[in-house]
Amino acid sequence: MSGHNENTSVDKHEHVPSYGKNVMIWLALVALTALTVTVASVNLGNYTFFVAMLIASIKAMLVINIFMHIKYDDILMKSILIACGLVFTVIIIMYSFDLFNTYTG
Amino acid sequence: MSMNTTTNKNYTNFFQVKTKHKGLLAWLLTTDHKRIGIMYLVSILSFFLVGLTFAFMMRLEMLTPGPTIVDAQTYNSFFTLHGMIMVFLFIIPGIPAVFGNFFLPLQIGADDVAFPRINLLSYYLYLAGAFLALYSLIFQTHIDTGWTFYVPYSLRTGTDVTLPLIAAFILGFSSIVTGLNFITTMHRMRIKGMTMFQMPLFSWSLYSTAWIQVLATPIIGITIVLVLLERSFGFGIFDPTLGGDPVLYQHLFWIYSHPAVYIMAIPAFGVISDVVATFSRKSIFGYKVMAYSTMSIAFIGYLVWAHHMFTSGMSDTARTVFSFLTFFVAIPTGVKVFNWVATLWRGTIVMSSPMLMALSAIFLFSIGGLTGLHLGSISTDVHLHDTYFVIAHFHYVIIGGILSMFIAAMHFWFPKMFGKMHNEKVAKVGVVMYFIGANVLYFPMFIMGYMGMPRRYFDYLPEFQIYHVVSTVGSWILITAILLMFTNLLIAIFKGKPAGSNPWGAKTLEWTMPSPPPLLNFIDTPVPSKDPYDYSDHDERIFRDLKNKENIINQENS
Repeated sequence: MSGHNENTSVDKHEHVPSYGKNVMIWLALVALTALTVTVASVNLGNYTFFVAMLIASIKAMLVINIFMHIKYDDILMKSILIACGLVFTVIIIMYSFDLFNTYTG
Repeated sequence: MSMNTTTNKNYTNFFQVKTKHKGLLAWLLTTDHKRIGIMYLVSILSFFLVGLTFAFMMRLEMLTPGPTIVDAQTYNSFFTLHGMIMVFLFIIPGIPAVFGNFFLPLQIGADDVAFPRINLLSYYLYLAGAFLALYSLIFQTHIDTGWTFYVPYSLRTGTDVTLPLIAAFILGFSSIVTGLNFITTMHRMRIKGMTMFQMPLFSWSLYSTAWIQVLATPIIGITIVLVLLERSFGFGIFDPTLGGDPVLYQHLFWIYSHPAVYIMAIPAFGVISDVVATFSRKSIFGYKVMAYSTMSIAFIGYLVWAHHMFTSGMSDTARTVFSFLTFFVAIPTGVKVFNWVATLWRGTIVMSSPMLMALSAIFLFSIGGLTGLHLGSISTDVHLHDTYFVIAHFHYVIIGGILSMFIAAMHFWFPKMFGKMHNEKVAKVGVVMYFIGANVLYFPMFIMGYMGMPRRYFDYLPEFQIYHVVSTVGSWILITAILLMFTNLLIAIFKGKPAGSNPWGAKTLEWTMPSPPPLLNFIDTPVPSKDPYDYSDHDERIFRDLKNKENIINQENS
């Protein structure tokens, strides 16, 4: 009975990034970490948080797409990731209704 | 346990299969989803009976004002024990762990779940968490925080909070792993020819539940870690004296725990759909809408958590937004109730015990759901918050809607699981007693709550006593009904008549195999129907019978 599965192409994401590409991504992550540390010592006022989050987001995208192979995976894996992102975004937005109106209102 | 083959002497059922391990080890090390489902059933029911015992003693204590059988501190432990055991060990894992494990692969034509070994790991995580919780709750200092572990009290209480929190963390892992397994199984293991919209609605309910398990449970996991760090090292995340925010804890707790209510409820909705369609001999009314409404409930469930916090000091803007959004849950839920009733319309209704229980559940759940609107409105919630009204609302949903469907599922799928038939008369008496008991037990709580009786109080004013007495008598009726139905099923395992492969005349794939099922489920490759509840043959037969009767009457008249 094991041969009648609907989706038999479970292992179709066979794309493996080259060592060179992996090393390049790793170097980019190290460089971005250095940038985060550097930016932390510069007074950007209200933008400090957003710059730090922007750099962190770029790093996360590199890890997710290349190291976690999501870029080469099928729509199911991508949809799981999108769902996580969506839930996180919704929670932050909903929580902000309380946070910003309680403490700064 | 040894079960006889009942329908086909040429196959070996999953109870009889010989593996490299023998006796108890053959069960403890099994990766068969059906055996794991049975192990969950035994474990979960055992913990349920412990939780039920604490509920019984709580009601007994409330029979008279002041101390009746225990002191105030012990009563505080009782409601914490009752809440933790029932929520984390019974009602959250309940239907998915037992009936999901057993029937999901059968309903979608698979020979097992996608990750059988991880499935067994999930069971042991559950068991480890359960025993740790029970050990800490019963043998350590008696915890008195309630099942919500609200800060700052849970940070400061001298009772042992750490071990129960670790237990809840481990139980969360079990839930996540089961959810991942189910999602993968449904996407990768569905039989060829069965699309997502040809799955039975019970499988759909497991699918949306699994997404909630995967996406919401990690949040409570992280929250638990933060509480543990705060208790041990004084991090100052939640404690106001250290600059923390206790309302943040409530947000994080309910971000998980409100969707968790849907982890409990959605599988019960799935069972109702399967039972109502089967015993109405009709395709479910609005199949696709039912599937979409299941997913909608799961999604909207994420947007309403703070309606548990209207009196917590949250901002007015947030209270208004969350109150407004809460009413949206009523739309997909209302769709479901309407479609169940519409399925009954012009159906050939068979009043079996699972069907009676489903009808009772629709009625009781509707009371629970509608009184939720009182609590979702800010103005009435301020009056009713933390009163017995909340207890009544919650238990009408949980006992009236979810536990009753757990019991209905036990009766509905019992013949398939064990190959035996239970005594239907006894089961029906049990269902009627259950319905009466639930109403007598919980309805007075609405009145008490409206009059101002606070929840979790050990003592009360004399004017509340009559309601407490009625409520306690109701608990005796309800517990008797539950024990009667469980005993009936237990006797049927040993003395029941052979059930045959499809005693209910159901249409989903699990009923196409002999009972109990073979090890790898299907002897012959099943052919999925376009409609999982295709009763067109039944309709044709009814139409033929009516036509024959009409012809006879016409002949007699002429």
